[in-house]
Amino acid sequence: MDLNALVFSFFNLAIAWEYLPDILKGMLVTIELGLVVAITGLIVGMALAVLRALQLKAFNFFIICFADIMRALPPLVVIMMLFFAFPYIQISMSAFTATWLALSLVLAAFVEEICWAGIVSVPKGQSEAARSTGLSWLQSMLYVVLPQAVRLTVAPLTNRVIAITKSTALGSVVGLSEVLNNSQSAMSNSGNATPLMLGAIGCLLIFIPVVLLGRWTETRFRWKQ
Amino acid sequence: MQSPILKITGLHKSFGDNEVLKGIDLSVSKGQLVFMIGPSGSGKSTLLRCCNRLENPSAGSILVDDVDITAAGADLNRIRQNIGMVFQHFNLYRHMSVLQNVTLALRKVQKLSKDQANERGLEALKRVGLLEKASAFPDQLSGGQQQRVGIARSLALRPKVVLFDEPTSALDPELVGDVLNVMRELKDDGMTMLVVSHEMGFARAAADHVVFMDVGKIVEQGTPQQIFGAPTHVRTQAFLARMSEHAA
Repeated sequence: MDLNALVFSFFNLAIAWEYLPDILKGMLVTIELGLVVAITGLIVGMALAVLRALQLKAFNFFIICFADIMRALPPLVVIMMLFFAFPYIQISMSAFTATWLALSLVLAAFVEEICWAGIVSVPKGQSEAARSTGLSWLQSMLYVVLPQAVRLTVAPLTNRVIAITKSTALGSVVGLSEVLNNSQSAMSNSGNATPLMLGAIGCLLIFIPVVLLGRWTETRFRWKQ
Repeated sequence: MQSPILKITGLHKSFGDNEVLKGIDLSVSKGQLVFMIGPSGSGKSTLLRCCNRLENPSAGSILVDDVDITAAGADLNRIRQNIGMVFQHFNLYRHMSVLQNVTLALRKVQKLSKDQANERGLEALKRVGLLEKASAFPDQLSGGQQQRVGIARSLALRPKVVLFDEPTSALDPELVGDVLNVMRELKDDGMTMLVVSHEMGFARAAADHVVFMDVGKIVEQGTPQQIFGAPTHVRTQAFLARMSEHAA
């Protein structure tokens, strides 16, 4: 056992200090990206699920195709297409935008399916009761059906949000300076694995609160008995 | 007799090839308690659901206080303010308190302020004897209490007619009485009610008019004394015999 060598290669204070600013910058990018992806994906996904509940054939065909394709495609491929292929059709975007757009679309597809399942599982009597008191279709959706659908779907939704925010690391393939990418470059530059350990700690700092938030929302949304 | 507050004329309803209502004519006067009885599948519930357009009739007309609710372009959300509906399975909103259940439409449809809506909501809860449960949630209530909240929810709108779709058939027997008492009080207050139910004892005691339906048609109607005492149609006799066998 050579503990000294282990500490030198993986927990080297001098190197940690040197690359700490890089890692922190990467963490910031990861947090920003994770937040905008989660917000965009949740909003777009829920909106699609509500649209689908309108039962318009043309819309539904489009929504189902979108959801099935986006859930099947590897997010990595979507990011690379947006970043490397789209410039040929005169649509160029930054690495941040490409990663944001790709992950948001993938998240939206999953959120749509989860919310749709939630909407369907709210008993029909609920919206009938709401409509019978004069609420419009949209009002009964907003005030009666969706709040209950969301309660049923909090657990799968938070899981999905956690999974997708972790895939922000995929942005490294298009050169996005997120936390893992910065740690890897720092590791190559220094010839030492310490920055990777720093990156791992950074990820824990970012994602453990997200996991806890998920747990909190699950308890928060339980039915009052 | 006054002009009817609810007037159904030549009502037909089909689901695909299945004709559920085959020409219904029925009038309900202000303050009347009208009971609809009949075997399951006879179209009673469908008729009731047509009366506030939860189902769209295939043909015929329904006038509520002289407004044709089946007309093209009828403002359904406004019309529904006049026609309360009480459901077999209560259909209370599980994520809302009792008071929120009762005031949702007051706030979102009638656009009352929070204070005004709460005042009317509490008034409705008082009528069904559940004032002290205003801040409880549906899952904390018994079935009978939930149904009374359901009644309060439709009363709060100050409707002209309240439709009851088997209001007691999902309840434990010992809880049925509470709901029937509330309905009796509503009748004493002059509320117009159209009720689908199998509570024959209650129909006999409280109804002004009883309608017997079978396979999409009104077979026979009259006072409770006529229908229960001396039914003329053979199908009414058979149905009532089956019901009393069941009760005995």
